[in-house]
Amino acid sequence: MFDQDTLAVIFVGLMGLSVLMYAILDGYDLGVGMLLPTNNPEHADIMVASIGPFWDANETWLVLAIGLLLIAFPAAHSLTLKALYLPATFMLIGLILRGVAFDFRAKASFSHRPTWNKLFKLGSLLAALTQGYMLGMYVNGFDTSLSGYLFALLSAIGVSCAYCFIGATWLVMKTEGELQLKSIKIAKRTLVIAFIGIATVSATNLLFNPEIYVKWFTFPNILFLMPIPIVCAALFAIAFMLLNRLQKDPHTGAGLPFLLCILIFTLSFAGLGFSFFPYIVPNQLTIWQAVAAPEALNFLMYGAVIVIPTILMYTAYSYRVFWGKVQELRYH
Amino acid sequence: MLDTFLLSRIQFATNISFHILFPTITIALCWFLLFFKIRFDQTADPIWMRAYRFWVKIFALTFALGVVSGITMSFQFGTNWPGFMEKVGNVAGPLLGYEVLTAFFLEATFLGIMLFGIKRVPPKIHTLATAIVAFGTTMSAFWILSLNSWMQTPTGFEIRDGVVIPTDWFAIIFNPSFPYRFFHVLVASAITASFLIAGISAYRLLRGDNKRAPKMTLKVALTAAVILTPLQAFIGDLHGLNTLEHQPQKIAAMEGVWETEKGAPLLLFAIPDEETRSNHFEIGIPNLASLILTHDADGEIKGLNEFVGKHPPVKPVFYSFRVMVGLGLFMILVAWVTRITLFKRNELPPWMLKVLVAMSFSGWIATLAGWYVTEIGRQPYIVSGVLTAKEAATDIAPENVALSLALYSIVYFGLLCAYLHTIFVMARRAVEIEEISDKENQADNILLNSTVTKNLDNKVENTDV
Ligand code: HDD
Ligand code: HEM
Ligand code: HEM
Repeated sequence: MFDQDTLAVIFVGLMGLSVLMYAILDGYDLGVGMLLPTNNPEHADIMVASIGPFWDANETWLVLAIGLLLIAFPAAHSLTLKALYLPATFMLIGLILRGVAFDFRAKASFSHRPTWNKLFKLGSLLAALTQGYMLGMYVNGFDTSLSGYLFALLSAIGVSCAYCFIGATWLVMKTEGELQLKSIKIAKRTLVIAFIGIATVSATNLLFNPEIYVKWFTFPNILFLMPIPIVCAALFAIAFMLLNRLQKDPHTGAGLPFLLCILIFTLSFAGLGFSFFPYIVPNQLTIWQAVAAPEALNFLMYGAVIVIPTILMYTAYSYRVFWGKVQELRYH
Repeated sequence: MLDTFLLSRIQFATNISFHILFPTITIALCWFLLFFKIRFDQTADPIWMRAYRFWVKIFALTFALGVVSGITMSFQFGTNWPGFMEKVGNVAGPLLGYEVLTAFFLEATFLGIMLFGIKRVPPKIHTLATAIVAFGTTMSAFWILSLNSWMQTPTGFEIRDGVVIPTDWFAIIFNPSFPYRFFHVLVASAITASFLIAGISAYRLLRGDNKRAPKMTLKVALTAAVILTPLQAFIGDLHGLNTLEHQPQKIAAMEGVWETEKGAPLLLFAIPDEETRSNHFEIGIPNLASLILTHDADGEIKGLNEFVGKHPPVKPVFYSFRVMVGLGLFMILVAWVTRITLFKRNELPPWMLKVLVAMSFSGWIATLAGWYVTEIGRQPYIVSGVLTAKEAATDIAPENVALSLALYSIVYFGLLCAYLHTIFVMARRAVEIEEISDKENQADNILLNSTVTKNLDNKVENTDV
């Protein structure tokens, strides 16, 4: 049996893990959705086929993240979602449209298919934008002044570009031929925008929050924190060079940009997490103030300890089954 | 102007009513798929594979709708009922958490293998993936129904500082109404899936599909329905007895009993009136309600007047209950008559096929009616005796809730139409498609944008429903 304070740390860790998993996994499939061409049905089919076996499980990480917030920090859950009620609603509408369009586009009658393709793209875009917007609002402590909204908008664009970037590198890994070359080009373009986006958001964040500024730039911290942005920038540079090389020889190392992208996401997330720890709602509520009763959390802990590694294992299995370049979309 | 509380209730009811439609089909449909797949593995008769292939597509579509509406559900608790989690979150949270951990990931991951992996994994593993998805959907039902039942009949907790603290998890999970509700809902799902399979197969037969597959699925579905419909009436009866013990005010509303009476009649029809606290136009069978509920023709049934201010609105509970039971009895009749005819003549006359087509989604109506009895019958509480709906409500601005409600309603309405339309398009396409597959030595299937699909679709499109 753990005490309440330890449980708060354990559960915020689990929640962090699920948010990160979600951002990476649903990030790439939302990215693929946003990049869907409306004038090239063959490419669209291959792109959708590349995420077909995964999108549902990817989205489940969101359910887990929001569930853990609800279970472990109920006060933070209602505070956050009350403040973000409308963007959350729009995000859900986006996810609904995207999720169902994925299936309808293959099964509806022929004349309706272009509409479903468009809804698929639109839904992905709506979900990505609102997620970025919510992240921005959350980070600036639900600041409803003009500068607060501007920051949230910036974050909306930054996150969408980051998703497009990871989506494009996913396609570089999973596709061949013309589509792969096209994806490399897109990856390069979105890489630049994503880099600018992440850099601006981080810088603005520091300026907005003097507390965080102090946290990053005081002595012992700076030693192990500074590597984060430096390594991040280096990874962006390496990814760019790799993409350049792949343009000439797309056969070797096509998976590397995607891998680097995962690292970039992880580092950015770690930076963000460090900035706000131990707050669960920035500047308002710490994890220790918001945590639920130990009777409840201990009960869930036992299960989580066994089940989460199992989930990771069979997720890995599923990625192994579908390893390699995608084939045409065949149901069953 | 509607207030936030009322809007939140309407929104919650809309969302959950929409959500439940799809799991109700998928929970049992997946077990049917597993059955088809295992029969194929055993007999190598391609007919089972055709049945599997047709129904797995419908399964995938239904599943997708269940998933997206479910994700919305998981946000609802926090956004519209913050008081719910603050008061009973220590019980509700872990149960929801276990549902995500033990069910959702399992379903979602193996669904990928089930739908897209048939060429990539050995046949045994593919059958196993189907089995895991079926197990996963049933686990979802297990956890969520455990929570819902706990909200009806809460046990295993104490209240500390105004907050519910769990003391005995076994008592919470296996609370008094849970076993009854779990089996009643599972069988409801199986009945819903049976009538869907029977209805769509009948539709294909009516449209001149003379292949073996729809005949065979019709037979399987009706056989299941013949066994399950009476079983459901039996479980429902037990469920009612359990409710009488734990929630007598709900039973009083279901039966329309105002004054506590001995030898209460079973009302077939009546118009309950809460103003006068009596029924108009009663038509009933003397003593039958007492006989059913207490197994004694003169048994006592507590009336609503003993629960003034603490009983649910009578009309919706009373009518919904009659819709469910009425449909349940009608389903028994339809299942037995059609199955016996099929047994005797080896085919069904067109009018029977038409009845089955009309009944395709009857399970939905019975299921929703059943849930309305259960849920409205618990009012004014959300958690019986612990928390009322009003205490749980949010204080978000009503305009925001009105906007989200309007958006959900529009999207859900559109999706429901698209879903029903697409199911029938798929059925019509199947009438055509397998002939082509047969010719091409059951070519795997048709790629999305090939000319074959295009021609086929033109054909399908130009015939009306
Ligand atoms: C295909 C669906 C279906 C069919 C044919 C029936 N039911 Fe049902 N019923 C449900 C689907 C359902 C349900 C949706 O699954 C409910 C809602 C919550 C629950 O526990 O089950 C339900 C609830 C429910 C309740 C309320 C329990 C409570 O919460 O207190 C009772 C007493 C019955 N049923 C009894 C019956 C009887 C006597 C039937 C006889 C024909 C019957 N049901 C047919
Ligand atoms: C799945 C089928 C279900 C349907 C069709 C359904 C329907 C409804 C309806 C109509 C209400 C409003 C009752 C009223 O306000 O008079 C309600 C309330 C509620 N139900 Fe359910 N319900 C279902 C299942 C569940 C489950 C599984 C849970 C819990 C996990 C649940 C939790 C609640 C809660 C928290 C409320 C409170 C809101 C309120 O009382 O208005 N419901 N439900
Ligand atoms: C208020 C209560 C409910 C909540 C919060 C909820 C939440 C969810 C969520 C988040 C999903 C998506 C899971 C995924 O990503 O794979 C889902 C799907 C599902 N839910 Fe619900 N749900 C509720 C009520 C119910 C009820 C009453 C049942 C069954 C009796 C049910 C059975 C299922 C099943 C079987 C699925 C899998 C998808 C499908 O089969 O369509 N849920 N639910």
